Amino acid sequence: MFIKLLSDAIGFSAIFLYGSTGETIIEKSGHLNLGIPGIMCFGAVGGCIGADMAYKAGMGAFGTVFFGILFAMLFAGAMGLLYGIFTISLRCNQNVTGLTITTFGAGILNFWGAIVGSIGVFAKPSLYFTTSIFGEVGNDWFSQLFLSYGPLVYLAIIIAIVVSIVFKKSRTGLSLTAVGENPAAADAAGINVIKYKYVSCVLGAAIAGIGGMCYVLDYSAGSLEYIVDQLGWLAVALVIFSLWRPGIGILGSLIFAFLYLLPDQFLPKYVSMNAATSAIIKIIPYAVTALVLIIISFFNKRETQPPTALGVPYFREDR
Amino acid sequence: MINNKIHEPLFHLTKRTSVNAKRAWALRCGAFIVSILLCAIITLIIVELNNQRLVSEGKAVDPYSIGQYFDDFFTGAFGTPKVVWGLFHETAILLLVALAVTPCFKMKFWNIGGEGQILMGGLGAAVAIQFMSGKASNASTIIVSIILAIAFGVVWAVIPALFKAKWNTNETLLTLMMNYIAICLVDFFISSVAVRNQTGKLNFLNWPGTVPPIGPADFAGRTYILKIVIVAVITTIIAIYMKYSKHGYEISVVGESPNTAKYVGINTKAVIIRTLVLCGVMCGICGFLLVSATSQTLNTESTVGGRGFVGVLISWLAQFNPIFMVLVSFLVVFIQKGSAGVALWQDGFNATSYSSVMTGIFFFLIIAVEFFVNYKLIFRSDIQAKIDNFNGKIKFAFTKKKNAEGSAILQDTNGEEQVEEAQPQIVEIESPASDETEAKEEE
Repeated sequence: MFIKLLSDAIGFSAIFLYGSTGETIIEKSGHLNLGIPGIMCFGAVGGCIGADMAYKAGMGAFGTVFFGILFAMLFAGAMGLLYGIFTISLRCNQNVTGLTITTFGAGILNFWGAIVGSIGVFAKPSLYFTTSIFGEVGNDWFSQLFLSYGPLVYLAIIIAIVVSIVFKKSRTGLSLTAVGENPAAADAAGINVIKYKYVSCVLGAAIAGIGGMCYVLDYSAGSLEYIVDQLGWLAVALVIFSLWRPGIGILGSLIFAFLYLLPDQFLPKYVSMNAATSAIIKIIPYAVTALVLIIISFFNKRETQPPTALGVPYFREDR
Repeated sequence: MINNKIHEPLFHLTKRTSVNAKRAWALRCGAFIVSILLCAIITLIIVELNNQRLVSEGKAVDPYSIGQYFDDFFTGAFGTPKVVWGLFHETAILLLVALAVTPCFKMKFWNIGGEGQILMGGLGAAVAIQFMSGKASNASTIIVSIILAIAFGVVWAVIPALFKAKWNTNETLLTLMMNYIAICLVDFFISSVAVRNQTGKLNFLNWPGTVPPIGPADFAGRTYILKIVIVAVITTIIAIYMKYSKHGYEISVVGESPNTAKYVGINTKAVIIRTLVLCGVMCGICGFLLVSATSQTLNTESTVGGRGFVGVLISWLAQFNPIFMVLVSFLVVFIQKGSAGVALWQDGFNATSYSSVMTGIFFFLIIAVEFFVNYKLIFRSDIQAKIDNFNGKIKFAFTKKKNAEGSAILQDTNGEEQVEEAQPQIVEIESPASDETEAKEEE
């Protein structure tokens, strides 16, 4: 039974992991994108449209999944580009732009969902996302824990690992960190700050967008539910929780998913639960994140701080 | 004269040193009109696509036109007296939220926790009403619910302020988390109380101890007028507080330049905490008005319903000026209500989400226009023209000078000296010209 919960949590954690990996990439470039919830909603819309079209065109598992991911990335990436244009080129306030994108994106998802209908509309294409990529898996704990997921879950972990390696080991990653810490110094060192910022805004948004699609097509098996933006805020929280490291984010997303599923899906089977207790347990991920935030500011260690230039627009001519 | 190898970008930006108020407002009004038209065009396209879908499903559809759109839009916003009062009421509520967060933003304290602070205020009011209604007198219930609402709101606003003041904790993220903790706490309260009354929902409709409607029964604004008056008073107080009080000045100094604040002896920590207490008080009042007067219920979806975030946007777009905020929040509510009116007549349109999409479009355009208010684009061709003009004058002056010198030197028999003297002259005159271009690029 515990294995079942854990495997559910791993499946669910992919949503957080996409969102937080994407947001980490954006925050590393010095941009606090509060539009991630809206961008994930956009990804959900795009992913559903892409997967549905590919499915109706008679493409197989690979085509459906591929076009789902492609469209999710395109839709979300477009919003990332919009965010980039507003905050990088037009130097608008990042919080204001982000909140607008969240309002807009959540509105788009709900509006679109109300038109296409909600329950089980994408059930058929979503089959390709939910069935394990290893085909039939056994009932033993190993296969249940490691082999029973659809392609998106593995992709999330791969992306997180790749991103964390890029951050740590590659020249690009180090330059990106420099841009987020001190853009003026990075600029003086010959790093193309504007290019780095744009690429990370678009790429981060595109990755986060897959998370939105992952919720609709993988976790809820093709039914549109309107909690994608809520999950998006948790993904933003997870970035802090993981101290801007996607590697820790893999573990963090698992913990978040576990805590998220705990009150509704797991505890009721063992102890009698009422809505009040479950509401209290739901506080845990947020409270823990707030605590992490306070603790890292209390110890004030350089390695665990947010990027120094986070939220500060860069204008080369400024002094 | 100019080194042609230097890559000159197509245009570059300069920050406007002074903002021309007329031009700024013309731009903003233009953005508003464009956003309304854009909303209309997008809606027409969506309705057309939706109608095609409905026809293919064999349903009958009415033809739709831009005239119909604006008809529905204005009916939604100004249709009946009650609707108009509702419009002003919603404006007042959004204005109150925007006012609450304004001092924080002016101080560059990014409080995006308005949502949670208002919800906690609402929770305070709900606790008082739930446990006192009917048992105590109406007046005492109302007073206790105001006090509890303000206390809850203040606690929720002051926690991030304390951590910011003490350890410089990132307030954007902390207030964001506290929003969700507030939602969970409210859920806890609702579910632990609602189990008892078997409905699963809290409902205080017309309970004794809530704020009653005011005025005769046929007065359309009887449930709204009180809140509009309260918000008008608060707006005036905040406008005066921000502009004329010492506190207001300290807030703007802390926001503009923390170092200045430090060296002139302003206690930054105290200012942060004091300002957030003020914000909490206003959020608490807002929560009280929403729970005890407007909706007379408490739930996590629609009681606050994203107003905390919209308030942030309004405050920023109005440049933290309370008077402009009245206008901006009115425009936002106008678009929200009008869009809801449009959505009402369309099959499959969800009014809430449709109006938030339209509001989003409006915000995007207004935000973008702020760029053109604050920055100036200078195109390559403009600079080249200016440089050529400038160099032309220099050349002219130089030739004149050279001619004068030449005639003087003619008397001298040594021609080589003439070249040696003229050469540094060219360098000297050339350098201010190239300095000038560099200075222009730097601007």
